[in-house]
Parts: sequence; C-alpha cells; structure tokens
Amino acid sequence: LSATTCAGSGCLPVFLEGSVFTVAVASSDQHSPITAHSGSHKATDHGSHNNTGKAFPVLDLNYENVRVPFEISLWVLLASLMKLGFHLVPHLSNIVPESCLLIVVGLLVGGIIRGTGETVPPVLDSKLFFYILLPPIILDAGYFLPIRPFMENLGTILIFAVVGTLWNAFFVGGLLYGVCQIGTESSSILSRIGLLQCLLFGSIISAVDPVAVLAVFEEIHINELLHILVFGESLLNDAVTVVLYHLFEEFSGIGSVTLLKGFLGVISFFVVALGGVLVGVLYGILAAFTSRFTSHTRVIEPLFVFLYSYMAYLSAEIFHLSGIMALIACGAVMRPYVEANISHKSHTTIKYFLKMWSSVSETLIFIFLGVATVAGPHDWNWTFVTVTVILCLVARVIGVVGLTFIINKFRIVKLTTKDQFIIAYGGLRGAIAFSLGFLLNKEHFPEREIFLTAIITVIFFTVFVQGMTIKPLVELLAVKKKQEAKRSINEEIHTQFLDHLLTGIEDICGHYGHHHWKDKLNRFNKKYVKKCLIAGERSKEPQLIAFYHKMEMKQAIQLVESGGGIKMPSAVPSTVSMQNIQPRPSTKPAPERAIPQLSKNKEEEIRKILRTNLQRTRQRLRSYNRHTLVADPYEDGLSDLFLKKQKMFQIEKKLKEMNTYLTVPAPPPDSPTMCRARLASDPQAYSIKPASNKVPMIQVDLASPQSPDSVNLLDEFGQANQQEEEEQGLMMKPPSRPREAKKPSEEDEAKDQQRLMRCLSDPGPSADEDEDGAFLP
Amino acid sequence: MQCISFEQIGVLHKRFKQLSHNEETLRRDHFNEIDDLAFNPIRAQIIEAFFDRRNFHQNGEGKVQEIGFEEFVVVMSHFRPPSAHMTEEQRGKTRREKLRFLFNMHDTDNDGIITLEEYRHVVEELLSRSGTLEKETAKCIADAAMLEVASISVGHMEPDEFYEGITFEHFLKLLERFEIESRMIIRFLNMDTTTLCK
Repeated sequence: LSATTCAGSGCLPVFLEGSVFTVAVASSDQHSPITAHSGSHKATDHGSHNNTGKAFPVLDLNYENVRVPFEISLWVLLASLMKLGFHLVPHLSNIVPESCLLIVVGLLVGGIIRGTGETVPPVLDSKLFFYILLPPIILDAGYFLPIRPFMENLGTILIFAVVGTLWNAFFVGGLLYGVCQIGTESSSILSRIGLLQCLLFGSIISAVDPVAVLAVFEEIHINELLHILVFGESLLNDAVTVVLYHLFEEFSGIGSVTLLKGFLGVISFFVVALGGVLVGVLYGILAAFTSRFTSHTRVIEPLFVFLYSYMAYLSAEIFHLSGIMALIACGAVMRPYVEANISHKSHTTIKYFLKMWSSVSETLIFIFLGVATVAGPHDWNWTFVTVTVILCLVARVIGVVGLTFIINKFRIVKLTTKDQFIIAYGGLRGAIAFSLGFLLNKEHFPEREIFLTAIITVIFFTVFVQGMTIKPLVELLAVKKKQEAKRSINEEIHTQFLDHLLTGIEDICGHYGHHHWKDKLNRFNKKYVKKCLIAGERSKEPQLIAFYHKMEMKQAIQLVESGGGIKMPSAVPSTVSMQNIQPRPSTKPAPERAIPQLSKNKEEEIRKILRTNLQRTRQRLRSYNRHTLVADPYEDGLSDLFLKKQKMFQIEKKLKEMNTYLTVPAPPPDSPTMCRARLASDPQAYSIKPASNKVPMIQVDLASPQSPDSVNLLDEFGQANQQEEEEQGLMMKPPSRPREAKKPSEEDEAKDQQRLMRCLSDPGPSADEDEDGAFLP
Repeated sequence: MQCISFEQIGVLHKRFKQLSHNEETLRRDHFNEIDDLAFNPIRAQIIEAFFDRRNFHQNGEGKVQEIGFEEFVVVMSHFRPPSAHMTEEQRGKTRREKLRFLFNMHDTDNDGIITLEEYRHVVEELLSRSGTLEKETAKCIADAAMLEVASISVGHMEPDEFYEGITFEHFLKLLERFEIESRMIIRFLNMDTTTLCK
C-alpha cells in the first residue's frame, strides 16, 4: 500500500470504481512516484530502447497500475468471505447478528492496517457511501416493497417517520445543549457547542437507519406489520433528515435564525419529500415504458431497471431532494409494469442482482464502520457520549409511546404494548448517521470529532446491544412471528371479492372512503396506464388471472423439479383430485373437461418413470431473505443441464395442464426459480403453435386397473418425438412396454388444450426460439 | 354483539331517505340508481345481499322485494369495525357473522352449500369487467379453488367419492387466516352528510 499516494495528493475517493471515477484513478497514477517499478510501460520501453545492456524484464512487479481496482476487489472479497465464514460456523449466526460480526471484522482489519503502520484509508467516505454503497440496498428494499401492507399502514408510518424523527431530533439536541451549558464548567469544550450545533447533531443521530434495521430484522422473522412499520419508518425519515441537516447546517453557517427561515424549512420539507417521490415516479414510468419495447433484446432488460433507478437517485440528489424516497418510488412504481413486460429470466436476473449487490453493500458498510472506528479521528468525552446514548434511548421510547397513543385512535388494528416495545427497540442507528457526521465541515464544526465519537458509540450500542438482544426478547415476549403463508387461490379470490364488496358498500353508504379511491385508481390504472406501459395482450390481463397463471407455472415447475422424489408441493397431503370435484355427469360425459385426472398414486408412478429417464433435478430452497438465498446442492455438469432442459421442456408442456394441487407454500410474491436450465419456463415458451391437433397430453386411465405404469405418457413422448418440429429430439428412450388401451380421446379435448394454452399469457410477441437456440451446445 | 352508535344510525337514516327518495322502503331499482355501483363487477350480488332474509338475523330464508330501514341497518351492521376490547369469543363470533354474510352471497340457491357451479359464477362475475374473458379461464380458476378447499377440508378422498360443495364449516376453515374481522369493515364512524355523494 502506498501511503504517500493517499495522503499526499489528497485525492478523495481512492476506492471508487465505475466509469465516472476512472478520472480519479488516472490522476492517482500521475501522483504516484515514478520508480523503476511503478506505473508506466514508458519506463520499460525506455529501458529496452536506450539501455541495451539492461536485460529484458521477464517478470516485472507493477502494482501501482492495478492498485485501486485490486484493493477494491480485495475489500469485496473480504466481505464475501466473511459472509461465507459466518454461516460455516454452526451456532454463531444464531446468537450474534451478522452486523455485529462484520463490525468486529472491520475493527480487526482496521487494527491490522494500523498495526502495520499504514494510515487507515478513509473508507466510509461520504461520497462512496451515498453514491455506491447505499443505493443497491435501498433499491432492493423499494423494488420488493410489499405494497399492500405498506399502503395500509402509510399513515402510521408517516407519523412515526416525520413526527417521531422531529421529536427525537429536537429532544436530543435541545437537552444535549442544556447539559453542555449547565452541567459542565464554562471553560470546557462542551460549553462552546452552540444550540444549532446540538440540534444538528440531534437530527443526525435521531434517524433510524434502514440498513441496520434490515440487517437485524431480517434475521428475527417478525410479523409483517411490525416489520413494515419499522422498516417503512426508516425509509421515509430520510426526507426529514435531509431537510433538518441542511437547515441546521446552513443556520450554523450563517449564524442567524429567523422565523421566515424556519417557515421556509417547513416548506422545503414538503418539497424535498414530494419532489423526491415525483422524480422517482417519473423515472419509474420511463422504465416501465422502455420495458415495453424490450421484447427483442431481452438480455439487457435488467440493465434498464438498474440504470433508471440509479438515475432517479442521482437526479434527486442533484436538487437536494430525498434520493432514498426517489429510489423507493421508482422501484415501487415500475415494478408491476416491468414485471408484466420482461421475460422470466430477466425477472430472475433482476432479483438476484439486487439481492447480491445489496448483500455485498451491507456487508461492506458494516466492515467499513469497524475500520472507520479504528481510523478515528476520535475525541472521547465521557459526558457527551453517555448523555447522548441515554437521551437517544429515552427520546425513542417516549416518542413511540406518545405517538402510538395518538395513532391508536385512528387505527382499526391497534398497536399493543408489545408492538410498541418492538418498534421502540428496533430503532437502530447505522452508517447513514456516521456518514452524515463525516460530511460535517471542520471549520463550522470544531467539535466534529466529539460528534463522530458519540455517533459511533450510539451506533455500536444500538447494533450490538439492541441487535443482539432483540431476538431473545422477541422470543420472550412471544411476539407474533411471520407466518409461512401459502398464497392460496381462494384467498386471492376473496381478497378481490372483498375489495369490490367494500367499494360497493361504500358507494351505497354514500361514503367516499379509501376503498372508493383505491377502486378509482385501479380503474384508471387498468384503463389508461396499463395500456401504455404494458406490451401486447398482457395489458388486459386481470390480476386474478395473472395470479392464477403464476401459480400454475410454479406448480408445473415444482412438479417437474421434485421428480427427485422430494415431498409434494402441497402443504396438505391429500388424495383429492379434480374428479372428486367435477359433478357426476348423469348421462353425457363432460365434454369440456380439459383437465386430466390424476390421483396421488399415479403421480408417484409418473414421477418414478421420469426419474429413471431424467437426470437428477435440483431441489430449491424457497426464500427471499438475502441471507438464506439459495444453496445449490446438486451441481451437474453443464451438458447435463442442456439435456435436462430439453426433456423438461417437453414435460413441462404437458405438466402445465396438471391442476392437482395449487397451494404454493411460499411467502414471496415473486416466483423464485433457481434452475439455470429454466429456459423452458419462459412464458414465451408457452406460445406453442396450436397448429397440431394432436397435442400430446397425459391421459391416465383410471378405469383400467392394470399396470400402474402409465405407458401412455411415454408413448406420448415417443409420438411427440416425431411430431414436434421445433424440438431437437429427445434423447430419452421409452422402455418397451405393452401399450395400454387408451381412453378414447374426446375430440374436444384437443381443442380445449389449445384454448388452455392460449390462456397462458405471453409477454413477448413471438416465441423466441433464438433464445433457446443460443444456449445449445 | 355491538351496537351502532346513535350518531351512525342518524347518518344511515339520512342516507336511507336519500336513496329511497323519502319513501318508507327501499327496492332494488333504488339501488340501481346509484351511479358509482355501475362499475362494480359484483353489484348484482351486493344488491341481492340486501334483500336476502338470511342477513336479517331473524333466521329467515328467501328473498324479499323491499326492505325497511331496520333491515338496511342490520345489513350494514355486518361491516362495523371491531370494538377496542374484545374477548376471543367475541372476536370469533364477529368473524363467523362476517363470514356468514360472505357465504350467503356465494350460496345463491340457499341450500347451505356452495357448489362448483355457484363458485364458478362467483369467479366469472369477478372477472366480468376485465374485458377479454374466456369462460374456460374462469372455470379453471374456480376448479382449482374448489380443489384446494376440498384438499384442505376433507383431505383424503377416494377416486369415486364426490365433494358436494363448500359447507359453512369448510368455508370458515378456508378463510381462518384471512383476518376478516379487521378487513371487512367500513369506517362510517366519521361520516357526515356533507361528505355524502349526490
């Protein structure tokens, strides 16, 4: 590490990457001392030209060129390895939350760097933090924000975010000033801290930090309401923090406070908040509109999502608007439209990239916090620090209790004392507070170091003490945990039914309640917005149908993948199948029955057969929690995957018609697909040419109790082999068995198959075989 | 059972008079005059619910042609919010009452069971305003939903058994995690006549 480079040139963000900042890299190169080894090819060239005596360097050490990217990669590698390591140690992650461990690692690394005599780099530089590390986490949160509970509790969240933060800031700032003035001698440093400085400090320290909250809450699996309350508060209080910060910073610079300025401050709060949201919505609409035309360039679809969101963030930052709110608004607005337009693979890509980046960011932030603690500069003042910590806690508790008292008058589902305790206890501070403190100008704030030390202490206290104890406390208090809810089709039907019912009753009452407005918004959305932003036929697809198709697809995928004999995809094992429900026909057979019949036994047999012919498929873990995102136990060879893909394409086409079990045990609203060979599950794959009348389908003859090995399936495969032009040919050889007598296929069945297939909506204009073709060896 | 406050009854009375054009009873065509209802895909069922004797809490059955203010209030009372302190028993009672209302809306032929046909009708109505509806899709969805109910309620059935339909008990079990007592409410606590439309 060349310490001289860093200190001498005063180049700020040596650790920044990205195209914008390569300038910094180039400039740092110029500053580095030209030694025989450093930098330029020029030196070597000179050598070879002028000095014929000098040997041609076979092995040369040239570290300076790659120093910056090398160090960045090293940090990221360290972060990822740490993450790996924590989960290898068996019980560690249960007792200590990851964030604590990461801070400790950061402390160690910082200690090592300092121990070797180098100056610790200013890693938690504000620019790096706010422009590189923070956006992925916020985008991840905003894109996957559960809209329904968020909107239902919006009032509560806003009150906590705005009023709560204001209360905290003024309480802490004011009392701190009082303590500084009264409690200490007039000659001590503390008494020189002005009121405005204290208020500024209060506003920095009072904001609940989304990163810390996310890190801790994701591990305790608390119920949805509390999660969304604390998390929503941590997101929305950014506007308040931004306004207060700039307000007090300017005031302390100028030195005079007038009522007009205060009034302007209030106005600026609304501008900052609403402006940020507006910027976000604008970019969100742009992104949705762009995604409408990406059907031919599916590969770069995720890029649009990321770019537009990042641009929203940066644009908001240009005008000193709330970047976090812009990012949240952008992600939340674009998501329904983008997801209707993009391919399945892009959806998976977006999800995984977001999770990956936010995970790495979070890890890095905590490590850097540790390093920055070692780096200092510190000025420990016992009074200040202890008073700060105590005041923060007290302010939070009083704020939450007081506000809940008011809020409960307007809520239907009241917040209990337990809830209040968790909300108060979950108010963690984090790296945002530190970075804001770091940004303070040394001239205006001579006591900057005292502030920084206090901020770090509060962060450590909340993350370590509160973070570690919240899990056992949640257990102790028996707080309601998150339910492993199955998204069942009945609940979806009734959710919609209830929405319409309540809107209707409101209309009868003559009361324009929030159901009325929600309904109006939905109608507007359906009529105008969706037509603009969603491509093709999917713009007309009602939500219920979309939900149903999603579930069907999940079902088919699971059924195929669990061909390895793992448990059935339904939470309730039962032998009920479609035929138990269909009304017994008196005279004629139901001609419209498009759904084949399968009972559990038959399914087992089919699965067994498939198993003997297919390679082992993989079992997926279902989780949207970044910490437990998928492990991949069976890593087959790549060629096997292609083989599998072809076979599964065939099977999925048939299995998508199976309608046996439709309860999907998965909380995330997105369909998690892990398999890389999941090319066939692309909705486009379902736009099968309905030309061939003899669509292969599974028919299991239950009437004939002969050999349970339903050969029909394999015969269908054999037939399909010859019929399907588009397939590259199955490599599967059906075992030779005697043909079973087939049930006479009803003529309408083929027609119904086609109709069923058309039911499955397809986001692309045409089946994109090129996509599949590109992946074949 | 909780009571509606006098204030709320007063507000509802004003609305009743408005809807019925100052007559004593409400008929179906009075409901048809409400413009906002026109966009509602299940308006027919909602209106029918007002004229369904099963919702009048008098153990009656069948339909009536016109209702008085008392019945109007009783139907509306299905949507009142839960009071602040309710015991578990009261909560269960409220839940049953609200789910019973929903059940009656689905069970149009009044035989105490929601058959597959009736459920299909429900789904079709729900999707009826979305434009491009294919009947098969609605059928698929209804079939799938019915299958789920059967799986949850009955569990194991032989291939030749037949699942008649959703009884009220099955319906309760199906929606037990739905938290209906806090979702099926109208906040007409703070209504005053100036906010009434028309």
